[in-house]
Amino acid sequence: MATAAQQAGVGVQLLTGSEVMANVVRLADVDVITAYPIRPYDTVMQYVSRFISNGEFDADYIPAESEHGQFEIVKHACACGARVFTGSSGVGWLYAMEPLAVTAGLRLPMVALVGCRALDDPGAFGTEHNDAMLVRDLGWLITFPDAAQEVVELGLLAYRVAEDPKVFLPCAIAMDGAFLTHSQATVRLPSQEQVKKFLPPYNRGDMLLHPDNPITIAPQANEDWLMEVRRQSSEAAKRAYTVLKDAHKDFCRIFGESTNPFLDEYMTEDADVVLCGLGTLSLPVKVAIREMRKEGKKVGLVRLKWFRPFPTEELRASLSRFKAVGVVDRDYSFGSPFHGGILLNEVKAALYGLDKQPRVKGFVCGLGGREVLLENVKHMADEILAIAKSGKADTQVEWIGVRG
Amino acid sequence: MSVISFEIVYRGIYQKTLANKISRTLVLAAVKEGKQGISFGRYSDSPERNGIPAKLFGYIADNSEELQAVAAKYEPKQVDVSICVDDTMCKGVESWAWYGLQPITAVTKPGGTLIVTSNYKTDDLVKHIHRRGTPYKLAIVPGGASMAGLWVYKNDGTDARVLGAALKAEPSICSMASLEQAIRENIGGDAHIEAARASFEDTRSDEVKPGQGNTEVPFTFQLLKWTEMREGVVIDGVGGHNNYRDLEGGYEPGRNEVFKKWSTRTMRPVVAFDKCTKCTLCWIACPDTVFDVTPDGYFDANMEACCGCGVCEAICPVSDCITMVNEVVFEDRGSQYLMWKKDAQAYQGYLTDKRKKGKVEKRFPITGLAAAFSGAGLDGGHNLNSAKAKSVKDFK
Ligand code: SF4
Ligand code: SF4
Repeated sequence: MATAAQQAGVGVQLLTGSEVMANVVRLADVDVITAYPIRPYDTVMQYVSRFISNGEFDADYIPAESEHGQFEIVKHACACGARVFTGSSGVGWLYAMEPLAVTAGLRLPMVALVGCRALDDPGAFGTEHNDAMLVRDLGWLITFPDAAQEVVELGLLAYRVAEDPKVFLPCAIAMDGAFLTHSQATVRLPSQEQVKKFLPPYNRGDMLLHPDNPITIAPQANEDWLMEVRRQSSEAAKRAYTVLKDAHKDFCRIFGESTNPFLDEYMTEDADVVLCGLGTLSLPVKVAIREMRKEGKKVGLVRLKWFRPFPTEELRASLSRFKAVGVVDRDYSFGSPFHGGILLNEVKAALYGLDKQPRVKGFVCGLGGREVLLENVKHMADEILAIAKSGKADTQVEWIGVRG
Repeated sequence: MSVISFEIVYRGIYQKTLANKISRTLVLAAVKEGKQGISFGRYSDSPERNGIPAKLFGYIADNSEELQAVAAKYEPKQVDVSICVDDTMCKGVESWAWYGLQPITAVTKPGGTLIVTSNYKTDDLVKHIHRRGTPYKLAIVPGGASMAGLWVYKNDGTDARVLGAALKAEPSICSMASLEQAIRENIGGDAHIEAARASFEDTRSDEVKPGQGNTEVPFTFQLLKWTEMREGVVIDGVGGHNNYRDLEGGYEPGRNEVFKKWSTRTMRPVVAFDKCTKCTLCWIACPDTVFDVTPDGYFDANMEACCGCGVCEAICPVSDCITMVNEVVFEDRGSQYLMWKKDAQAYQGYLTDKRKKGKVEKRFPITGLAAAFSGAGLDGGHNLNSAKAKSVKDFK
C-alpha cells in the first residue's frame, strides 16, 4: 500500500544525502544561509546555491570568510528571527567552536549539517563521528540519519524541534561523509504543502532582537548568575525529548511515514543479541543480520536516530530485552573507561541501575571512512553471541577492521 | 584568634597596584614570622574598569590547615580589618562582583577596624557610612585618595602609611620589625619605613556605636531563581521615560535599574542654572546619559546615574556653570534642578557652600586621572607632624 508520502509526493528522485538536505532547506523556506567550503559538507552548499541561482528558492546566501564567521553570521540572523541553515565538517566545524558553544548557550535554534569527517591530522576526508560529537555536551541536538530518505524526516524534525519555544536549541544533522553526503539513493520528497502544515514559521517571540523589542542578549554575568542559566539549558534539553516525541507523531500524521521517533530496531523481536550504533552503519549491519539469520543466529540492530536528546528510557526498555549488546562506535574517546568510544560509554551509563542489564561489549569500527564489511559485522555479532552464551562480562573494547 | 583577615576596598585600575602592594606586603610581613598567608582580588571585579569599586583580600594564618579553611573563596564573610583607600567609598560600594550597594563595613567584624585614607574628620565620614547593629572602630590615615596608578605606580607613601595603621589595628599580624623588612623588600627604603612607623604611632581610632551613621537603607537586589529568569541569556532593555520626574514634559532616558553606578563617583557636577544657556553640550557629551531634560529645557544631572567623570564640566562653555565637587561633601542624591526651582536663592547658597568645601581643582576630565599623573596622596592634605617625608618627592 502506498504511503501518504508516496501519494502526495513529487515522485521518486535519485539524490545524495546532501541534496536531500538542500531540498529540506528549500522546503523549510530558510531565510539566511552561510557557507564556507570543506569536504564533505560543501556538497550541500552547491545544491543550495543552485536552487537559488535557478530561481527555485529565495534566501540570503552568504559565503563567509571562515567557519567562525560563517556560524557567527547565522547565529546573529537567528537572533533576529531568521530561519537559518549552515554547516561544516571536521576541523572546519571545530574552527567554529566558539560560535557553536555560544549558539547553544543563547538558545538559538540554528540548524547545521555536519558532514562527518575525520579530524585532521592526518588530513583525511573519511567519516568519523568525533566532529559532531564535540558539541554533545553544549545543548546541541544531534541526529544521525542513516539514509537519504531519512534526511527528510530528521531534517524537518530538526527545524521543528529546535525552533519550538519550549526548546530553542540548535540542531546538528550529522551525516556520514561519502556514504550519505555523496551517495545517491532513491528518495521521495514531500510536497511544499505538507511541509507548511508540519513546520510553523519560526517565531522568536519576546526574545527577538529587534528595535521594537529592546532587549540585551548575553551580558557579562558572574558566578551569581551562570548556574541558573545552565539549569535553564538543561531543562530545555530535557524538554526537547517530549517535544521531539510529539513532533514525530505529527510527522507521521502528515507524511505517513511510521517509525519509532528515537530508535530504528531491525529484527529485534526474537533477537538474543543486538548491535547498536549510529548512521550508515545500519546498512552493512542489516545485510549481515539477514545472512546470519539464515544460519540461525538471532541477531538484531538497534540504531539511535538521535544522540541528543539521548533516548535513555527507550534504550533501557529496548536493550534490557537482550542478553548481550555490542556497541559499535565510529568515533574514539582515547583514555576513556575501557578505552571505548563515546556511544559505548553513554549506552553503558544509560543502562546503569537496570534490574535486568544486558552484557555490553564495545567495538571501534570504520574510522576515517573505512568501510564496515559484512565480515566485520559478523565477527562482532559472533563475539556478542558468545558473550550471551557464556553470560560472562567482557569489558575489552575491540578494534575492528584495523590492520595488525 | 589564629586567622586574621583583611580587605582593601579600592578604585579599579587607579588603585589596583596600591591595594596589591598593601595586601602583599602585609602577608609577606607575617610570613617572615613563620605564618602563612594568601592575598587575592575579588575575582569578579576583574577585568577592572576605571574607578569602579573593587576589593582585595588577605588571610594570615598560623598554619596551612587553618589557611585551607579560608582558601578557594571569593571573599571572606567577615574581616578583622577593612581598609578603604578612597573616602568617597564610605558612601557604599557597588562593584562588578555583586548586585546592590554594599556598606563599606559590610564584612567588617563586630568590633573590627575600618581604616580610611581621608582629609576629613571622623564625624564627616561617619555620617556617610551606613549604620549597623554592631560597633566598629574607625581610623583615619590622613591624605587624599591616592591614585597611584596601575601601570605607572606613582608611589606617594600611601601604601606604607596604611600598612602602619593596619598593624596598629591588628598588632598580632607581626612585629613592626617584620613589617619594616617587608616594606623595604617590597615597597621602598627609609622614607617609606619612616612613614609606616609614623603612621603606626599617630593612628588613633574612634569607636562608632551601633546605630550611628547614615540611615539610608542601601540598595539591595534579589537574585532571581532560574525559573524566574528570562531564557536565552536575555534581559529586558530599558525604555525611555517621556516626562521629567512627575512633571509634564521633559525627558528621562532609560537607565539600568540594578546597577546604579554612582558609587563609582569621586566627585559630582553641580550646575549653576542661572548661568546655563541651554546649549545642550553637557547633555550630548555625558558618556552615561546622566542629564535629564527638564520641561523648560534645562539639563539636570541625575545623581543616581552620574559616574563623576567630569566631561560635562570640561565641555560647558559658560565659566563657573558646571563645577566638579568632591563627593564627600554631599549627603544626598536629590535633584539640583528641583532645588533651584523651589528656591533659587537658597540653591545659590548651597552651590557656594559646596564649592567652597570641595571644589576639585587641577584635574583631567576623567576621574582621578590628574592625581594618577601627578602622584596625589600627600598633596591632598597630608600633614603628619611626626613623619619626615613631607612630599611625594621623598618617596621617589
Ligand atoms: S560627571 Fe560625567 S557622568 Fe556625571 S554628569 Fe558629568 S559627564 Fe555625565
Ligand atoms: S553645557 Fe553648560 S551651558 Fe550648556 S546646557 Fe549644559 S550646563 Fe547649560
